[in-house]
Parts: sequence; structure tokens; C-alpha cells
Amino acid sequence: MSTAIVLPEALKKMGFPRLIISGFLLVLFILTPFVGVDLPTQITNIINRFSWNAVLVLAMVPMIHAGCGLNFGLPLAIICGLLGGTLSIQLGFTGPMSFVMAVLIATPFAVILGGGYGLLLNRIKGGEMMIATYVGFSVMSFFCMMWLLLPYSSPTMVYGLSGNGLRPTISLDGFYNQTLARLLEIDFAKIAAALHISLGPLERIKIPTGSLIAFALLAFLMWAFLHTKTGTAMTAVGSNAAFARAAGINVDRTRMLSVIMSTWLGAMGILMYQQGFGFIQLYNAPNNLTMPTVAAILIGGASVNKASIPNVIIGTILFQGIVTMTPTVMNSAIHMDMSEVIRIIVSQGMILYALTRKAEGAK
Amino acid sequence: MSRKTNLPAGKRALELVQNNAVPIMFIIICAVFIPMAGFSPSYLLNEIVTRMGRNLFLVLCLLFPIMAGMGLNFAMTLGAMGAEIAIILVADWQIWGIPGVVLAMILSIPFSALLGFICGTLQNMAKGREMITSYIINFFINGWYQLIVLYIMGAIVPIAHASIMLPRGYGIRNTVSLLNMRQCLDDLLAIRVAGVKIPVFTFLLVALLCLFIVWFRRTKLGQDMRAVGQDLEVAKAAGINVDRTRIISVVMSTVCAGFGMVIYLQNIGNLPTYTGHAQIGMFCIAALLVGGASVEKAGIGNAFLGVILFHLMFIVAPGAGAFITGDSMVGEYFRVFLSYGVITLALIMYEAKKRMVRSKAGQELAEAQTKKEDA
Repeated sequence: MSTAIVLPEALKKMGFPRLIISGFLLVLFILTPFVGVDLPTQITNIINRFSWNAVLVLAMVPMIHAGCGLNFGLPLAIICGLLGGTLSIQLGFTGPMSFVMAVLIATPFAVILGGGYGLLLNRIKGGEMMIATYVGFSVMSFFCMMWLLLPYSSPTMVYGLSGNGLRPTISLDGFYNQTLARLLEIDFAKIAAALHISLGPLERIKIPTGSLIAFALLAFLMWAFLHTKTGTAMTAVGSNAAFARAAGINVDRTRMLSVIMSTWLGAMGILMYQQGFGFIQLYNAPNNLTMPTVAAILIGGASVNKASIPNVIIGTILFQGIVTMTPTVMNSAIHMDMSEVIRIIVSQGMILYALTRKAEGAK
Repeated sequence: MSRKTNLPAGKRALELVQNNAVPIMFIIICAVFIPMAGFSPSYLLNEIVTRMGRNLFLVLCLLFPIMAGMGLNFAMTLGAMGAEIAIILVADWQIWGIPGVVLAMILSIPFSALLGFICGTLQNMAKGREMITSYIINFFINGWYQLIVLYIMGAIVPIAHASIMLPRGYGIRNTVSLLNMRQCLDDLLAIRVAGVKIPVFTFLLVALLCLFIVWFRRTKLGQDMRAVGQDLEVAKAAGINVDRTRIISVVMSTVCAGFGMVIYLQNIGNLPTYTGHAQIGMFCIAALLVGGASVEKAGIGNAFLGVILFHLMFIVAPGAGAFITGDSMVGEYFRVFLSYGVITLALIMYEAKKRMVRSKAGQELAEAQTKKEDA
């Protein structure tokens, strides 16, 4: 990185790729009025997508803290969430209650599967990331079979003709679609109508307050946990396992706890994602969320063994900003949709950058 | 070796089973599935021979990075992408048949070598986690590949023939027909034995690569590579340029993967532009591991056995799934599950073993130290 040397200290700390990404997003924002894209709608989109994805990104934090690396095994956590969601619907719960039940049902699965996953990761210290990737794949493809074979029967979920096997996409209308997002929602259009005033373009902004509060609560709990005795022990294990062991910390148990927390948060994350998106996606869909989530926390300033709550928030905003802004702005500006390609290059490039950094590569 | 021969026969058999657990498991799976799927033996034999010709070259190219201790090269896909770019250009120039295949192979060398060099350099920057890095490189370069093929080809790189271009005027179609190139290598010198077509020339190419690998292992560079694979520090102390040796092994792997991909595509007869390379890495790695290879040790035999067993499982799984559950999709998911599962298992065994060796070394060191202190 010869270019990084000439940068001032503050910018260097921010990191070269993050600088490019923030700059790129800034350019997109500046371009919006000139290419005829509606900025308030875009901002609403970014806030919405932030509320869908933030908890998933938060799920990366505990494992990074405990030195287990980036959780490429996210599909495992997502599967727990999917089990919670589908079982809740299967058991006949509707409306907001189905969300509560989904959370409750997903929790034991997350604890059990996360525990097994943690046991495995304790046996293969040093190679967590590669194995996590393939554990995620294996569990996901195993559940591809299970979605077909498990005796689900709720008519909203199974294939219409044969009557068995879950559909790849299940609509959540009437279940927990927008349950949290609608809670205390701030809709500027409604406020303007109630006050009989015109707020101009602001009227197109909607804020899913409930989802944001839920994320804030989880993030606060995470932050508070990291400042408890167990949380500090976790950070110690992550920064130097040998030192932590000498200090009398049970390394394996701490790592296991971090994996279980990560898995549970991932399960909550997918439920949050579903309630915002409005659909449950099964089969190979869990895989589509892994890379964007890992990339998001890295863009936010985390590294392979260091992550904080601000990293989660900044990263999710930057990444989702690019995801929402690129297609619309690019399309209007040059009539060419390169967003998919840009997204791949940005997210994978970011992960690659984090993996190849010398300071962290040396153990 | 002498210790082993002293063991009783029962124990030796047990050891054999333990060391070859994965191939034996696959033999059992295939033995159970074949009658369920109900294919005729000649059909199965035909399919297996075809798939061996198609995939062996690709699987063999994985051996070089394993030799250099860099683990499974998930980035062999880079070579496949290089070959795909070469094939698109050759298809546009309308050079067909054997000359087209040869030209595509030659043209793929600079692309694959460049990508391999990038990959090797990045992997050197991430020592200790080469595999996950190669896995991510694969996606990263895929982004650039899409950028080139979808936006630059036709717009900046001239593409003359509308038949391979998207209707909008730039970018390559989702499938490029290679009908005029189809199986031209396989048909060369092909012989039929009892209804089974044997693509002799393709097998000759594979044999050539095998001979090259055997010869290469004995050269100075090959020995260096194995030394690097054994222990980085020792190799460095012995005066081997470790980084350079590792980059060479990756470049060799990607270039061979490029050749392999050309062979693969001429057999298939069309190029799925955006998905052709996506699964290549995973299937080849799974095949090699099914053949009994591990992350640090793999031979030509593993590649042959692996391709046969893995593809046999692949052919019969949907039929067997339909037989057991009444739904062929279950079988399809099952074969994907097995491919992922076998890779996961191999990775876990590799890491667990590495850790055991490390802790044993630590114990020995501690013992030696206490002895010293006692003395």
C-alpha cells in the first residue's frame, strides 16, 4: 500500500478501501439531484435496508471478539431463524404473535446448533474461517433436503399441488410482515396530513422505528455485555489466547459462548430481515446473505480480530447505501446497470483486503 | 514402514480403513445407489468415461498447490475464467475445430498466468490462511470477469459476431454455442469398445499431464516446492525463495486449469458464460478429496479414483433419491450435501491433525526444557 503512506494519519487510520467506498457513496449522493433520482425515497430505502440487515451484521461481533474470525458459517445461524419462523407459522400463530413465537422457537435451536458449532470450532483453532464456510454450506444443503422431507403441512407454506415440501419463497402477509417496522412508525406523509401542512419532499420519508429500536436494544445489550467480566474475558481470548489462559480464563468455554451468541444473533437477524422484507426464503437463499454481511462489518472498520458496535452501524449504512444507490443512480446516469458487478467487487475486495493485511495476518 | 509390516493383519486392515474412510464410504454409497437408480451398466460406463475425460485434467491441476503446502486451491476457478475469455475470443474469430481448441489453449495462458500471479501474491500476503483467501479471490475475480465480459466486451474489446453478443449491443450472451468445436478433441482417435466411446486423445493429454507431474516432482523446482510444503521456515533457511516458489505453484495450477477448462468446454459443446466456472472449483476439490486425498497430501491416483467415485455418485443420486423419497430433488440436494460434506470433513481432519502435531511438538519442547532444567 504505497498510496496509504502519503495519506495523513487520520485518513490512514480510516483505511484506504473505506475511504474509497465512503467517497464513492458521497459521489452517488451528490449525483442524485442531477440525474433525477429522488433523494428522500433513497434515504427511506437505506434506512429500511439498514433495519433489515443491522442485526445480522451485529451477529459477527461476538465471534470476531473471541478470535474465531469472520463468521462465514452464517447460514447455520440463518437456518435456526428459518426453523423458528416456519415452525411458528406451522403451529398456527398469526400476526405479531407469530414473530414472538418465531423468536422463542429459534432460540433453543440456536443454542443447540451453535453449541455444536462452537465445539467443532474449538477443535480446529486457527482454521475457523475456511471450516465455518463449509459447515455453513453443509448445513444449508442438508436443510435443503429437510425442507422437502419434514412433515410441514401449513397450506401457506407447502407446494400447492403435491402438498408436501416447503416452497422456496413464503409470503409473510398475515404473519409477521412489518411487525416491528410498523411499531411506532414515523411516516412524514401522515404527519403532514394530520397537521394540514406540506412538508415537501420530506413526506416521502418513512422511518421503521420499531425495527430500529429492536436493533438499538440488541446493540446496547451487546455493548453492555462486552463490558462485563465475561465480555472482557472474551476480548482477552480474542487478542491473546495464551495470555488469557494464563490469566485463568477458560478459553474453550468463552469461545463456545461467543459462537452461541453469534448464532443466536444471526437467527434473530434473519427474523428481523424477514419481517422487513416480507418473505421467508428457503433452500439456497441463506448463502446469499453471508458475503454481504461479512463485507458490511469490514467496511465499517472492523478487522479479522477486532470489531465494535460503531463498526456495525457505519458498515451497514455504507454497504446498504451502496446497494440501494448504485442501481438507481447508475441507471439514471448512464443507462447501464452495473450495480451487481460493483457490489461483488466492493464486498469481495473488502474481505480480501481484511484477510491479506500483514499486521493481522501474523499470529 | 518396517513397523507397519510387524502389525497383525487385523490391525493393518483397520488402519487401511481408517486412512481411506472417505473413498470406502463413497464406494458403499455408490453400491447402494446404483441398483436403486436403475441405470444400465453400459450407460453408467459411458457416462463415467465421458466425465473422466472432461474433468480429470481440471482435478489434476489441484496437485501443484497441495505440493507447495498451500492447501486446496479454491482459486483454480481463475484459470477457468481465463480459458472462458480465450474461448469467447476464439469463438468470435470463428476459428473452429482442432485449431480453435489449440488457439484457445494458447490464448488462455497469458490470462491464467496473470490471474494466477495475482492470486499467488495475495496468498503470500495471507500466509496461514491461504485457503480462505483463495476462496474469496475466486469471488473477487469473478466480479472483474463479469465486468469484462458483460460491459467491456463489445463496447471496448471489439466483438464482430452478433450471435454471441447480447441484443443491447455489448456484453456476451448467457450461452455461447461451441457447436463447431464440440468434442473435436474427444472424437480424435476415439475408439468404441462394446458401445462405450473412449476419447483416446483426451486421455492422452491427461496422461501427458500425469507424466509431467511425475517428472516435475523430481526436478529442482519440484523438490523446492515439496520442501516449502513441508516447512516454510526450514525451506527459507535452506535458501529457497519461498514466496517465488509458492507463486509458481499457483501459476502452474491456474494455467493447467485453463487447459482443463478448454477440454471441459469442448466436451460440453457450449459455454455458459456467467455460470460455467462457478461450481468448477468446488466439484473438482470434492472429487479429489473423495479419492482419498487430504489437504496436505494428494496424488494422481487420488484424482483418478475420486473422479470415478464422485461422478458415479453424482449420476445415480437423483435417481436413488427419487426411489427412496419419491422426489428426485431430494437426491439432487443430497449429492450437493455430500460434496460439501466431504470437503468439510477433509478440512476438519486437516486442521485437527495440524493442531495435534503442534501440541505434541509443544509438549516435547516442554519436556526437553524440564529435562534441561533438571540436569
